Amino acid sequence: MSLLEEHVYKNIEQMNIVIKEEERKPKTKLINKAIILKFLTFLSPSLLLVLWELFARWGLIDVRLFSSPVMIFKTMIPMLYSGELLYHTLISAQRILLGFIAGAVPGVVLGLSMGLFPPVRASLMPMVAVTFPIPKLAIMPLILIIFGLGETSKIFTIAIGVFYLVLINTMAGVLNIDEIYLDIAKNFGASPFQFYTTVAFPGALPMIFAGFKLGMGTALLLIVAAELSAAKAGVGWMVWRAYDMFDIEKMFVALITMAFLGYIFSCLLDIAEKIVIPWANNRR
Amino acid sequence: MYPTEVIRIEKLNKEFYTRKEKVVAIKDLDLSVSEGEFLCILGPSGCGKTTLLRILAGLEKQTKGKVFMRSKNPEKPLTSMVFQGDSVFPWMTVAENVAYSLRIRGFPSDKRLDIVEHYLKLMGLDKFANAFPYQLSGGMKQRINVARAFVSDPEILLMDEPFGALDEQNRLILQQELLKIWDGTGKTSIFITHSIDEALLLADRIMVMTAHPGKVKAIVPVDIPRPRDILSLRSSPRFATLFREIWQLLQEEVLKAKTTEFKA
Ligand SMILES: Nc1ncnc2c1ncn2[C@@H]1O[C@H](COP(=O)(O)OP(=O)(O)OP(=O)(O)O)[C@@H](O)[C@H]1O
Ligand SMILES: [Mg+2]
Repeated sequence: MSLLEEHVYKNIEQMNIVIKEEERKPKTKLINKAIILKFLTFLSPSLLLVLWELFARWGLIDVRLFSSPVMIFKTMIPMLYSGELLYHTLISAQRILLGFIAGAVPGVVLGLSMGLFPPVRASLMPMVAVTFPIPKLAIMPLILIIFGLGETSKIFTIAIGVFYLVLINTMAGVLNIDEIYLDIAKNFGASPFQFYTTVAFPGALPMIFAGFKLGMGTALLLIVAAELSAAKAGVGWMVWRAYDMFDIEKMFVALITMAFLGYIFSCLLDIAEKIVIPWANNRR
Repeated sequence: MYPTEVIRIEKLNKEFYTRKEKVVAIKDLDLSVSEGEFLCILGPSGCGKTTLLRILAGLEKQTKGKVFMRSKNPEKPLTSMVFQGDSVFPWMTVAENVAYSLRIRGFPSDKRLDIVEHYLKLMGLDKFANAFPYQLSGGMKQRINVARAFVSDPEILLMDEPFGALDEQNRLILQQELLKIWDGTGKTSIFITHSIDEALLLADRIMVMTAHPGKVKAIVPVDIPRPRDILSLRSSPRFATLFREIWQLLQEEVLKAKTTEFKA
């Protein structure tokens, strides 16, 4: 055995010992902690529901305005069975997904370019800086005039909201990459394309995902507004429809569905993040 | 340039401009490095060692002066640099990090694997080939940096305190490994260090730089026969003489750097 090998073996032995110790002690603790935390996450909303129901029954809140969990549930069940709820959910989910992709892809590409190449940044930044603060809701009428009342205008509204957030986060992600990584790539003779694939893109990925998550939040916001005008289906449309009919139960069903939809999308993003960024140190 | 010369630097000047002032990092530096030579650079902190290496690596442009570098084999990269401090890509596995230069040059993946495996073994990293850097110690990451530069097989190897972050034992082992690899390839190498021991073990010549602004203070040839190892080296009388000579040169500069710091 060479000196080096011996040394390495020693290192490995030492490491094993350390890892074993680490695993043994806190693992049981960790599991306990996880169970308690899980329990808490279920406990507090359940408690709230119970209180809500009780208050409604005791007449402490106006049932015409706030409904009650049982009444909402009774409205929800037939909507679930008839497929009505699923239909509207899928329509909204599709709009969100298409709008998200249509906004995120150019956001990433442009964000990378603006982060990597100062001339690109210098020429595009003024336009981004000026148009970004315009509330996306304010340009909806314009979008409707340009794209008409069909699907395109809804998808475009969502896309534009997602686009800015992803663009700005991606650019910040690239600008925050430690300069030494760019130097290495340069020293090893990387082409501009290789700068993208081996440094800029992976280095900015954590920030890109932060942008995706913010963008998803905005998408959920915009879907309600987009479905307010000229829609005949969708969860956002359900909310407005219930408003017109003064059907509080249906409105709550729509809101719950909306929350559920947002939860699913954020879970999907979390899973995607874990798969795409395996190098992140997740030992929190 | 004479035939065996691969680097020639004439009256090199490098200035940095910050918002307030002008920093003269390197002033009128002349240097010539022959093919296959191992040159160590010693000097007080902030004297411009890294700056000089970055200019040679093409990462920085000199303000004034000339730098000639001779490429004998256009197939190979001219220089590869081992950077000071942690410079491992966190988003690549150990093997991907080490293979980086080959990927950039478009080597087929089977060929990549052979070369990478060889160097991973050499550096004692083969068990961690598929680990991500966050799972490794600082010393292991430093070894990845060295391996990554060696894998690219450049004509000139530039190393900026590659063992600076290592503990003494790891450092001794890696110095020995580096010597072994270097004896095999005879690659022209420039190596920055703060350790006189290290410089004497590795170098054909040692360049001592002056404190701020960086100039060549002295070039000391290390006439200790190779192959060297740290044990026989330390017991040789020549080592003691050279050590004292270099320490005296360096001491003056380190003290000077201290006093100018006080003035500033
Ligand atoms: N990008 C820069 N902008 C401004 N000043 C710089 C820059 N890079 C280096 N300097 C200055 O140039 C001088 C030389 O720096 P350099 O990094 O080359 O020193 P060094 O000899 O490598 O020091 P050390 O041994 O501590 O690594 C220092 O005074 C430093 O402050
Ligand atoms: Mg330095």
